[in-house]
Amino acid sequence: MLFKKTTLSLLAIAVLSVAVEARDQIKIVGSSTVYPFASSVAEELGATSKFPTPVVESTGSGGGLKLFCAGDGMNTPDITNASRRMKAKEFNLCNKNGVTDITEAVIGYDGIAFAQAKSNKPFSVTKKQLLLAVAAEVPSKDGKSLVANPYTKWSEIDSTLPKREIIIYGPPKSSGTRDAFEDMILKGQTKKMEVYTSLYKADKVKNKAYKKYKKIRTDGVYVPSGENDNLIVSKLNKNRAAFGIFGYSFLAENEDKVQGAKVDGITPSPHNISSGKYPISRSLFFYIKNSHASKVPAMDKYVELFMSEGMIGEDGILGEMGLIALPDSLRNYIKTSVQKREKVTLESISKKH
Amino acid sequence: MSKEMNPFYDPSLKKRHLKDKLFKYFTISSLSISLIFLAIFLGDMIIKGSSAIQQTYIQVEVSYNEKSKKSYRKAVERKYINLLSRAALREIPMKMKNNPSLMGTKKLVWMLADDQVDMYMKEYYYKIKSRDLKTLKALIGDSRVEKKFNTIFFTHGDSKTPEYSGILSAMVGTILTLIVAMAVAFPIGVATAVYLEEFSSHGKWSQFLEVNINNLAAIPSILFGLLGLAIFINLFGFPRSSALVGGLTLALMTLPIIVVSSRAALRSVPASIRQAGYGLGLTKVQVVKDHVLPLAFPGIMTGSIIGLAQAMGETAPLIIVGMIAFIPDSPSSIMDAATVMPAQIFTWAGMPERAYIERTAAGILVLLTVLISLNALAVILRKKFEVKW
Repeated sequence: MLFKKTTLSLLAIAVLSVAVEARDQIKIVGSSTVYPFASSVAEELGATSKFPTPVVESTGSGGGLKLFCAGDGMNTPDITNASRRMKAKEFNLCNKNGVTDITEAVIGYDGIAFAQAKSNKPFSVTKKQLLLAVAAEVPSKDGKSLVANPYTKWSEIDSTLPKREIIIYGPPKSSGTRDAFEDMILKGQTKKMEVYTSLYKADKVKNKAYKKYKKIRTDGVYVPSGENDNLIVSKLNKNRAAFGIFGYSFLAENEDKVQGAKVDGITPSPHNISSGKYPISRSLFFYIKNSHASKVPAMDKYVELFMSEGMIGEDGILGEMGLIALPDSLRNYIKTSVQKREKVTLESISKKH
Repeated sequence: MSKEMNPFYDPSLKKRHLKDKLFKYFTISSLSISLIFLAIFLGDMIIKGSSAIQQTYIQVEVSYNEKSKKSYRKAVERKYINLLSRAALREIPMKMKNNPSLMGTKKLVWMLADDQVDMYMKEYYYKIKSRDLKTLKALIGDSRVEKKFNTIFFTHGDSKTPEYSGILSAMVGTILTLIVAMAVAFPIGVATAVYLEEFSSHGKWSQFLEVNINNLAAIPSILFGLLGLAIFINLFGFPRSSALVGGLTLALMTLPIIVVSSRAALRSVPASIRQAGYGLGLTKVQVVKDHVLPLAFPGIMTGSIIGLAQAMGETAPLIIVGMIAFIPDSPSSIMDAATVMPAQIFTWAGMPERAYIERTAAGILVLLTVLISLNALAVILRKKFEVKW
């Protein structure tokens, strides 16, 4: 009886494994930042067309591109979302595995908020001050050498800042938001600072990390707080001295609890982010595997819907969810390039927007 | 008789009794601490989740005509658009297609309200533009706004519009996944236990197996996810995110639990039963099949149900096989993409919209209810069929 059951269930699995090939459901993977936007579009597609709702998985930008580039077969994803550009390394991996016809779509901007509890006085920092607050090693007082970050109060960094303890709740290492923060606040500045780069020049192998220094301090001042941004928001109200780093959409949704600090004198607002004035913001992307379009007919419809004005436009649905629209001219430019399914090349991904 | 004269008098008696009492209080305080934690957790969930029982609806006039078929935003008066759920509005054209007799009519309909309106009605923090708020207050004055029982939560899948999201697809996904897991883990687990207890020679080899199985039961579940990814998806080519892959992965995880508990149940069957069987000339298969297994069955069931309940609350291995995803449609077979209840709760907990807070708590309550019923079932089964020797 038992043996019969066992063999039967094993047989059933064997039979099932044969019927895997065909599918009409789009498979989407990638960034957790783009995930809410992509799933919203997926839901709209499922609700308003004859196609089934695409499956949207949140794997992180890097994880998504890895799956996307794993091969051209139908068991690989059709589209991957990313909160950063595809890297040359990833493009080469794609090419190596036979994924050669890829189109890039930019959907809008995501600001990174540096925020505090609403009950505090408004706060304003510069990018430089932020760097000095979070980097593991900072220039010494005379500016000639690097020392382990000694700052515990904002006033020690700059006497114009309040005498307030530095404590920052931010995303952990696995997060795309953290990558972007490191890129814009740390790497972007340290690669131009003599005191860091001179170390790299002295020994290019051993001091490779100092070429674009991006190490965040681990002495308890910067507290990695998990991928869940809601958690950081609620922590800010428990500890009023603290600051949090999270996506703009969480700032917009929790305006009664938190306020964004001005960075370089600019408040995080949709207008300032869209115009590029607010210094910590990034573009959001998705990548299309064109070779799948003929086998998964819903793909074209999905891309068309995503790039439509009703979604990514000024008053689009995704705008309500916290996506910041691209400026008109750029948006139209991207739309036509996506419509033509322009191929991603090594040059195109190294170009700036 | 004075104390000194009493030969049984123990001068340290008082101290020993005091120690006795202190120990008792210590254990009681440990118990109360765990009870307090439980009460805080449950209380928090009930307070946050109870408001999800109801959902706000607004009575508006819907005009079914060519215009609204083309763009659903034309189906109701413009001033109401921001107060109504987009998810409900976009169904109008589909409704007209399915029911052509609606064309050209106007009807008063209770439409699902936007999540911000719902938040306002439930007295949470809301963000409504002042013009829309005025319209809403007028509607409330005409008693055209009502909170009704939230059927959507139990009849729909996930959605990015909070008011339209429900737990159904995750529930169906959980059921399918667990069916697969149990169909695989139960027979294999019980058969393994029968071999180890009844047939193996209890030598070095079976000791080695026992150590390994116990070790397997303690492995972090995420490792089973990696194994599932490598074997079921990459090697066998089963579809990613499907209940099949999730179920097989969870089967790997529950297998050692079932083996360990089944062995304990088999061991508790007294040797006299087997000996009587052999004495009557039964073969080993007959003894095991007709006598030992039926007697051990309640114990095996209890262990399996507890394994099942544990598998149900698992998310870590399912992240890796792609089941933590946005899947609003209920899966209709084990090959379809599916998600499970704990995964759904995890997804909602990370959403920026405030309205998901109550959904998260309500989801947890549903999950807890199912878990409690499963565990209660295990206790009832054990009580009912337990044989005392």
